[in-house]
Amino acid sequence: MNVLSANHIVKSFGKTTVLKNISFEVKRGEVLSVIGPSGSGKSTLLRCCTLLERVDSGNIVYGDLPMVQTGEHGKGIYSPGPVLQQIRRHFGLVFQNFNLFPHMSVLRNITEAPIRVAGQSREEAESRARALLSDMGLSDKERAYPCELSGGQQQRVAIARAMALQPDILFFDEPTSALDPELTGEILKVIRKLAEARMTMVVVTHEMAFARDVSDRVIFMDSGVIVEQGDPKQVIEHPKSERTRTFLSRFNGI
Amino acid sequence: MANLTWDEILRTLERMLGASVTTLELFGFTLLFALPLGLLVSFGRMSKVKPLRWAIQLYLLIMRGTPLMIQLIFFWFVLPAKSILPDSFSDQTCRLIVAIVAFSLNYAAYFAEIYRSGIEGVPSGQREAASVLGFSRGQTFFHVVLPQVVKRILPPMGNEFMTLVKDTSLAQVIAVAEMTWLAGKIQASMVSIFPVVVAAMFYLMMNAVVSKCFSVAEKRLSYYH
Repeated sequence: MNVLSANHIVKSFGKTTVLKNISFEVKRGEVLSVIGPSGSGKSTLLRCCTLLERVDSGNIVYGDLPMVQTGEHGKGIYSPGPVLQQIRRHFGLVFQNFNLFPHMSVLRNITEAPIRVAGQSREEAESRARALLSDMGLSDKERAYPCELSGGQQQRVAIARAMALQPDILFFDEPTSALDPELTGEILKVIRKLAEARMTMVVVTHEMAFARDVSDRVIFMDSGVIVEQGDPKQVIEHPKSERTRTFLSRFNGI
Repeated sequence: MANLTWDEILRTLERMLGASVTTLELFGFTLLFALPLGLLVSFGRMSKVKPLRWAIQLYLLIMRGTPLMIQLIFFWFVLPAKSILPDSFSDQTCRLIVAIVAFSLNYAAYFAEIYRSGIEGVPSGQREAASVLGFSRGQTFFHVVLPQVVKRILPPMGNEFMTLVKDTSLAQVIAVAEMTWLAGKIQASMVSIFPVVVAAMFYLMMNAVVSKCFSVAEKRLSYYH
């Protein structure tokens, strides 16, 4: 069953078309990695899927809830606000630069949305947040503020925050690009653990070894189109397209 | 000052104390109205609706581009204060109310630009994170953006508050019986600089308190950055 299907997504910023007719779907329990050079449209694609950007045309459906559909005049027509709000409950997003709320403690960063948006009681939200923090190895940090944590710890809190709403699908937008190699490993380990627990995830990443070893499927994007997709070992080790080969040749030792 | 009797000193201080209440009222009510009004004005200034944005920009230009003293005179002559306000209000109350109106409109303009700088200074990632978590626009503003704005705007707000303390003395142009107005009157009749010095000391102490409040607030919010 598809958690997400996107068809014929077109998105322009002014005169530049960033996504040129992109179609893909994500099945339940699947880990999908999106790789490609900077400016290829990977992040824009994630931002369109998480309602941070609006597509010009195309269809995006979460489960059986349509987010946007192409109307008669070829323009994308978004579902009404309440439906979009319902769809927001289906996904979580982890940002490259964490975007934790600096004025809230670690615990409140995680409980704020469950309490204010999902209407959970404080006790319920806090006990779930504590369980997530313990999964992340951060049980002793619940009273700390984001500025007191390392980048890796902040990113783990951000993952816990996204998980607190129990999304069907979790998006990662280059989750390790702001971290040094040591901290990168720390975050990749967490994502690996989530993958083992069959969490549905879409990961935009430059970590080729991670994409090859953890994901079920890889998409290679360049200049707003999907150049190649398929089995991670095949795409990364034996790419069919010349463009993919050129891109991957810059990553040594994988 | 040496030739003043104790009796004159005490009587002067007593009268000045009465006028200080007027100064404090002008200060307090101006903040009460200008702080929320400034926030609304800053929303208008950042609005996507062009005519609204232009109207606000014109308002900001006039309020910040002409002397507050002239605005006070203008409002006193243009607003039919005495015919709008109840007859039971004294002449002094009417003058104070007009001064509060002029001060509020003037300070709201300055506050609006400070709010705007604070709001635009909050990284867009904060709003995006809130949006993805499903926060409404109102929740995002009040629980995510505003607390961070408060921290950012404390230093410029401290400046404005201290300027306001001193600007209250401008209300004398429409004969509001505040500290400076009274000090001038007593000084003329007593031929002594003493009341003026008292007024200066009063402003200085009031600003010492304002400044202390702001440094306490900054310290309280220093637990994050």
